[in-house]
Amino acid sequence: MSEVRQDRQYTQTHEWIIDNGDNTYTLGVSDHAQELLGDMVFVELPSDGDEAQAGDELCVVESVKAASDVYAPVDLQVLEINESLEDEPELINSSCYDDGWLIKFKADNIEGLMDASSYQETLESE
Amino acid sequence: MKHTPLYSAHIKAGGKMVDFGGWEMPLNYGSQIQEHNQVRNDAGMFDVSHMCTVDINGKDSKLFLQKLIANDVDKLKKKGKALYSCMLNDSGGVIDDLIVYYLNEGHYRMVINASTTEKDLTWIKSQASKFNINVEPKSDIAMIAVQGPNSRSKTFDAIPGIEDICSNLEPFCANSVGNLFVARTGYTGEDGFEITLPKKAAEFTWKMLLEAGVKPCGLGARDTLRLEAGMSLYGSEMDEEVTPIEAGLRWTVDMSNSEREFIGRKALEVLMERGTNKTIVGLVLEGKGVIRDHQKVKTNLGEGEVTSGTFSPTMGKAIALASVPPGSEDMCEIQMRNKWVFAKIVRPPFVRKNKVLV
Repeated sequence: MSEVRQDRQYTQTHEWIIDNGDNTYTLGVSDHAQELLGDMVFVELPSDGDEAQAGDELCVVESVKAASDVYAPVDLQVLEINESLEDEPELINSSCYDDGWLIKFKADNIEGLMDASSYQETLESE
Repeated sequence: MKHTPLYSAHIKAGGKMVDFGGWEMPLNYGSQIQEHNQVRNDAGMFDVSHMCTVDINGKDSKLFLQKLIANDVDKLKKKGKALYSCMLNDSGGVIDDLIVYYLNEGHYRMVINASTTEKDLTWIKSQASKFNINVEPKSDIAMIAVQGPNSRSKTFDAIPGIEDICSNLEPFCANSVGNLFVARTGYTGEDGFEITLPKKAAEFTWKMLLEAGVKPCGLGARDTLRLEAGMSLYGSEMDEEVTPIEAGLRWTVDMSNSEREFIGRKALEVLMERGTNKTIVGLVLEGKGVIRDHQKVKTNLGEGEVTSGTFSPTMGKAIALASVPPGSEDMCEIQMRNKWVFAKIVRPPFVRKNKVLV
C-alpha cells in the first residue's frame, strides 16, 4: 500500500503540496504516482520565475514505462526547482515526499485541494 | 490468469505482477533498472516458464522442420546444438520466432513464444499431418533463464552436477543433466543458461539460485536488456504482416539449398526480387526523453515507425528499434509528445557483454 503523508494536501492527478509557512509551497508527486510509473529516468522542470495557471502543464516526469505530466494545482509562480533531479531522477522513487520534491512556488491561495484522508479514499476507490 | 510454478516465489520476492498474454508475471521486484544492471554486472534470473517447449519426434522430424521453418535444421549436426528461426505463413509473414534444438536422430525440441503458443500449435499440427512425426507440447516443465557475466559460476554453485557436464558447453548449445535441460542461450546479450526443469523442481531450484546470489529479474528488465542487445520481439519487430527480410532477420532465412521448399519461401523470393521498402535500424536519442513504441520516424528516405522504444540503463539514453526505408542513414527525426526531435541511426546491437557498441 502506498504511503500518504498526513502533513500535506493532494490533487486528483497525484501531486502533493505542502505549506512551508511563509507563503511558499513545495510540490511533488505522491508515492502512489511514483509506484505506478516505476523507475524515473528524466525530469523536465520549469525555470525559476515561470508563472503557471491552475491546470497548466508544469513538469514532465518520465520513467522507463511512461511519460507523465505534472500539472499546476493552482495559479502559481515558480521560486525554485529541485536541480538534483537533473542527475538523480531516481530521488522521486526513493524519496518522493522529501528529497524528490519538484518545485517550490508562491501562490495567493491553494484552495480546492484534497486533504490526506480524502486522497487516501480516492486511492482506495481506484 | 495462468500461473507458472514460480508464481508464489514471485509473490514472496515482492514481484509486481502484471498480465502478460494471459500469464500473471513479475514486471519487476522493485526497480527494473537495478535488475537490468544486475544482469549486466553480475547475475540475474528470469522465470520464462510461460514459454512453450514442443518436442518433435519421429522419423520425418528433420524433413518436417526443413519445411516448417525458414532456417535450415540441416545445420544442426551436433547433439544439443540450437538454431534461431522464424516460422512463416505462405505469404512469408512471421507466425512466430523460435529456437530449435537438435537432441538426437529424429528428436528436436522447439521453444516458442508464450503469447503465440495456441496459434503456433494449431499451425504446427496442421502442417504435421503429412509427416510421420509426433508433436508433443510439454506441460510438466518450467524454465529459468540465468543471465549475466557471473551466471555460469553461480549456477554451478547452486545446482550440483551441472558444472561437470556444462562447464565446456559452447554458446548456443545445450546438454541434458539428469532431468534438467541446460542451454547456453539467452535474451539479454550476456552469457548465461536457460534451464528447463520439471515443474516440481522449479521452486527449489529458484531458491538454490537465490542463495547462490542470483537475483530475480522481471519482464521490465528483460525488455530493456533484449532491446540493448538488438534482439527482436515477436509482435513488435515482426508479426504475420511482416517478413523476416523486412524485420532485419534476413540472416535467419536459409535459401542455400534451392530444393528446400520451406513455407513462405516463394513469397520471400518474390519480395527479394522486387525489393523491400522497410528494414529495422537502431536509434539513439541524444537529448532527454524516452522513445516509445509506435512513434513516427522521418529519415532521409521517408517515413517509418518505432517498433520498440525504451530507456537504455547501460547507456543512460533512450534507444529504439525502428522500421524505416532501407538505406536510411545518419540522423532521423522522431515525433515525441508532439515535438520532432533528432536521433542518430545506428546498427544494432547497442550493448553486448556490458560494452556499448554504438
